[in-house]
Amino acid sequence: MSNHFELFGLEPAYALDGAALEQAYRDIQSKIHPDRFAHAGDAERRASMQWTTRVNEAFRVLKDPVQRAKYLLELNGVDVAFETNTSMPAEFLMQQLELREALELAAAERDAGALDRLRLMLRAERVALEAALADRIDAARDYSAAAGLTRKLMFLGKLDAEIAAAYAELEA
Amino acid sequence: MALLQISEPGQSSAPHQHRLAVGIDLGTTNSLVATMRSGVAAVLPDEQGRPLLPSIVRFLADGRTEVGYAAQAHFADDPKSTIASVKRFMGRGLKDVAYVENSPYDFVDAPGMVQVRTAAGVKSPVEVSAEILKTLRRRAEQSLGGELAGAVITVPAYFDDAQRQATKDAATLAGLNVLRLLNEPTAAAIAYGLENAAEGIYAVFDLGGGTFDLSILKLSRGVFEVVATSGDAALGGDDFDHRVFCWALEEAKLPPLGARDTRLLYGKAREAKEALTLHGEAPLTARLSGGEFIDLKLTTETFCRISQHLVQKTLGPTRKALRDAGLAVEDIKGVVMVGGATRMPQIQRAVAEFFRRDPLNNLDPDKVVALGAAMQANVLAGNKPQGEDWLLLDVIPLSLGMETMGGLVERIIPRNSTIPTARAQEFTTYKDGQTGMSFHVVQGERELVSDCRSLARFELKGIPPMVAGAGRVRVTFQVDADGLLSVAAREATTGAEASVTVKPSYGLSDADIERMLRDSYEHARDDMHARALQEHRVEGERLAAAVRAAMRADGAMLEPGEGAEIERLLAALQAVLGGSDHRAIKQASDALNRATEPFAARRMDASVRRALSGKRIASLDA
Repeated sequence: MSNHFELFGLEPAYALDGAALEQAYRDIQSKIHPDRFAHAGDAERRASMQWTTRVNEAFRVLKDPVQRAKYLLELNGVDVAFETNTSMPAEFLMQQLELREALELAAAERDAGALDRLRLMLRAERVALEAALADRIDAARDYSAAAGLTRKLMFLGKLDAEIAAAYAELEA
Repeated sequence: MALLQISEPGQSSAPHQHRLAVGIDLGTTNSLVATMRSGVAAVLPDEQGRPLLPSIVRFLADGRTEVGYAAQAHFADDPKSTIASVKRFMGRGLKDVAYVENSPYDFVDAPGMVQVRTAAGVKSPVEVSAEILKTLRRRAEQSLGGELAGAVITVPAYFDDAQRQATKDAATLAGLNVLRLLNEPTAAAIAYGLENAAEGIYAVFDLGGGTFDLSILKLSRGVFEVVATSGDAALGGDDFDHRVFCWALEEAKLPPLGARDTRLLYGKAREAKEALTLHGEAPLTARLSGGEFIDLKLTTETFCRISQHLVQKTLGPTRKALRDAGLAVEDIKGVVMVGGATRMPQIQRAVAEFFRRDPLNNLDPDKVVALGAAMQANVLAGNKPQGEDWLLLDVIPLSLGMETMGGLVERIIPRNSTIPTARAQEFTTYKDGQTGMSFHVVQGERELVSDCRSLARFELKGIPPMVAGAGRVRVTFQVDADGLLSVAAREATTGAEASVTVKPSYGLSDADIERMLRDSYEHARDDMHARALQEHRVEGERLAAAVRAAMRADGAMLEPGEGAEIERLLAALQAVLGGSDHRAIKQASDALNRATEPFAARRMDASVRRALSGKRIASLDA
């Protein structure tokens, strides 16, 4: 059980059967969760906590579109170098800039409707990127293209977090 | 039983013994204890048949303590030594405590946690809470006719690490074996979900005496999964009382009041507030110590106006939880109302308006948390056979992080992570020849360290001198199933290791707990040695039974020689169990625990494989 996919008995793939992942996660949790060992000895309680921690971590990575992509690329020996490689296509950066300006404007004007629209647009973009990632990783096995797409997805994720912060500011 | 079958937890082949387990709701205003009796969760009343225990403790000069109604009777005439709403002080410093100016207490700003000077000396909130827990423990043991095997204690979901640690310390001090700290809204969801066979996404709106939680849970086929939780650990019915109190002061044009009159007027304010739940207006009358007579009328309209911002304050966390869960109001199938303060009509209205549906009020909002905790305690004690129990997946409410350069927070574990969880981060040395590194652990959502709660500071020494950047320290955060954090740091580049595990500084040290235990037993003229012996015996017997069951079920997994060694240690434990040397029992138990660790790990491993047996096992090598 060396990797997260094997842990849940799944084939390593970006397009993942979410229901199967969740079922496997719950099947394992129902056997090893610390609640099952609350009255057991220290050794078993510790083993249970360590295993559950590992299963939770694996589940977190696999169910998250960005983390899952990064993890698959790692498994395939692709150094995505997210920290150092920040070069992105100019067109994408322009679009990001525009989105950010729209966000700043919506936040400044405390316009919840504009935030909603921005969020919907972002969600559509992400869905499209995830579909492209599944195609690059699972079908074409084109990992360098996939790394580029993953970086884009991370950009969008950051933007989403900023939108969430803007909502919070609005409601404060 | 097939040879390779792992025995299901709680279902050893030894004759099943029912373990006495209770759920305790340690509330700001009232506390309760409940247990499962003939398959039904029930609150255990006191001798007079009263289910609630007011969370009030009075310390007398002769060293006696009064808890509950007896203490409440002196609420106004002995304000300094009669402590109410102590939950607000748990794990909190003086600067965090609201309405200090209206509190009659003589606060002592101790490091970490505020303390109160009473007629019986300075008391920490942990000690005060322990008195409440002791009273409930006695009530349960008398009512159930035996020693408790364990208890589930509930805490607000939004409690941070310091508050959780303080609660656990209080339980230890009260002599309780804590099976689990359980989040209050989660406990309520268990009680509600089981009672109503609920499936789908539910919100639990829990407004208690001093805390507010909003949790969103996914209920499906025996799984209770918390998707997101949010709240305000300092918002509750007490704040509404405070509004009425301030309104009365203003209306009656009163000068600042003394401690007794403040208490008196607070009590009257609360009564008027509660009366408004059923009536359109309520009288608020009181005769103060100086002879002044207050005669006011509080109308629903006035009450709504003066408390409007408090009602609004519950909606911010509600929106945040929905956002964190990635859900909209339409996705919520029902809103379960918990906590006495949800009886207020304006709260009911605000929730109905926000969620665009009538909230669910079919369970007693005062009891539902204790009942859910009792159900969970029964499962944790192993009293429920596999298949009839359920799985609970809870989260941490607040992000955990470390201070980095410039007073900024580096987030290590984000809020709403499913527990238990662990995350590691590597830090490098920034100076040539640097041999130490200091760490500051914080909890909260803000970017600046100064806006977050400081949990612990520690230093790692003994890093071998290297050039800057070459020394690497790996810091691991581990959050257990109680939501409690431990942090370990390890330098491993050169093979030389140094490690340290910290307990959050807001919690009490083990030495503090030991001292308090000693004090309390000396006071009760109890014998601490007898207590320790009893505890270690129970623990040792439990361990021996668990190990034997494991050997019977999975003997085939033992390595050559391993079984004989475990048998030897089992016999050694058995030999001292009947004796009176509690240290020997502890040592034998520890040795057995250590020796069975690899075996336990192998069994857990097999369990995971078995969970995936059938169609998915193909890709796993056995």
